[in-house]
Amino acid sequence: MVLVYTEINKGRVKKASLECVNYAAHIAQAMGTSVTALVNNADAAQLEEIGKAGATKILSVKNDALNDDSMLLSAALEQAANTVGAKVIVFAFDLAGKAVAPRLAAKLKAGLVAGAVDYPVINGSSMDVKKNVFSGKASAVYTIHSEVKVISLLPNSFPVKLGENKSSVSDFSVDLSAVKSKLTVKEVKTTSSGGMVPLPEAELVVSAGRGLKGPENWGIIEDLAGSLGATTACSRPVSDMHWRPHHEHVGQTGIAIRPNLYIAVGISGAIQHLAGVNGSKTIVVINNDKEAPFFKSADYGVVGDAFTIVPKLTEAIKKFKANQN
Amino acid sequence: MKILVAISNVPDTTTKIQFADGDTKFNSAGVTYIINPYDEWYALVRALELKEANLASKVTILHVGLPDSDATIRKGLALGADDAVRVDADAPDAYFVAEQIAAYAKANAYELVLVGKETINYNGASVGAMVAGIMDLPHISMATKMEVSGAKITAEHDVDGGSRVVECELPVVVSCAKGMAEQRIPNMRGIMAARTKPLAVVPAGGGSALTTVKSYSLNPGRTTCKMIGEDNMDELVQLLHTEAKVI
Repeated sequence: MVLVYTEINKGRVKKASLECVNYAAHIAQAMGTSVTALVNNADAAQLEEIGKAGATKILSVKNDALNDDSMLLSAALEQAANTVGAKVIVFAFDLAGKAVAPRLAAKLKAGLVAGAVDYPVINGSSMDVKKNVFSGKASAVYTIHSEVKVISLLPNSFPVKLGENKSSVSDFSVDLSAVKSKLTVKEVKTTSSGGMVPLPEAELVVSAGRGLKGPENWGIIEDLAGSLGATTACSRPVSDMHWRPHHEHVGQTGIAIRPNLYIAVGISGAIQHLAGVNGSKTIVVINNDKEAPFFKSADYGVVGDAFTIVPKLTEAIKKFKANQN
Repeated sequence: MKILVAISNVPDTTTKIQFADGDTKFNSAGVTYIINPYDEWYALVRALELKEANLASKVTILHVGLPDSDATIRKGLALGADDAVRVDADAPDAYFVAEQIAAYAKANAYELVLVGKETINYNGASVGAMVAGIMDLPHISMATKMEVSGAKITAEHDVDGGSRVVECELPVVVSCAKGMAEQRIPNMRGIMAARTKPLAVVPAGGGSALTTVKSYSLNPGRTTCKMIGEDNMDELVQLLHTEAKVI
């Protein structure tokens, strides 16, 4: 059995979770078995969507405490893994997955590959799984030797495919009486993405750096993002100077993203920035310095003044969108 | 309260990555090694700040590695750690490292175990949560702030869609991210003092590796950047649609 952990966020099944269900279904097929998904606090429509992504069995948990402490969530998943006899357990390599997958793997003494970018190759009782290493500069193929295997999948590695829902849902009650949580949540701070897709899930991202000269100039970036339906991001200096909020910072110390399209405006392309974005499918760089290192890591480049180019690009996109409709 | 800071020895960020032995090993020839930045700037410096504020009695560095990482450990001592331990082993994977950290922390009753959120070479972001799992302790991932008061810590950490402030009883394992502290440069006094600080070498425990690296490959970089004139934004949009197929 392949077990997959799925999550609800802002009223939806997380896109990264649906990718994981697809991924788990692919592994299950290769192993001649099926997929069980575990989800907490899901409604009927959300359960349906997990089914459409390829889960044949869904363990529906209702427990508000689970998400407060990775110790509790790990214990719940351990019980689910034992109940269904999981041989492979799949997580998303996102904030939640990074917090719980290694803990569960350690508890089960299961080998973990964190941040898989491709389907595993099954060789008898072991599995080979590819992941990025050296901050995206290289890949490594890991062999997992343990009987139970844990894989966390780098988000946006595969597009989500939904089919017919053939799942059966059962309520799954977890017994957490043996787990003593020593952690209390005092405050939850929600960052507003202003109606945009959250950065880790965004397929289109418009990012800007110091070249914008000041926070008051971000209107053209927001307009460009708006024309595409993209999410805005920024470089480290911009977030350090508080021109933009901390959660928009992409790069090595911020968050690593891999959208289909990354448009970088006024960002020179320091190696630490590239480490967070070089997994993007297509990179467009707009910079007034033709020697900016970022052009060496871009697919398309425009040299010139961002304050004239960006509005022109926004107009061109609006025209393109209007013609498509 | 004693703090254990686990550090990793990693190639400098600007290293040109190359492999050896038929792409089965990282080629360390000519490579400059540093303390993993997340371990140093955030975990170690925050531990030192807590000691300077008289909230910790001792800061110990632990590293799992071979003698060639001693220079990196000494740099941590130069920053101000009291002593260091090297578990003498060429770690095959994150679980092996976590087992060593957990065993040492438990045997020597460390109440706060700090690690960086991830290493810049293997990017697994796994060791902190594994240590906590092995020790059956709470774990705070992606912590950006941490204060200690009595037998409790208060920490802020990043979660999906925002952040949370949590309170937790000691002992606890914390994975540290940007925001926790600022980078420090060791001064001459620190560097001199580091030469004589204790660096114990202990044998590794634990079992066989759960995972091993079979092969490495360089990710193909972008070879050509197509330059578009600044008056040809319609052309760029068409290329994004028909060639790149991303819009």
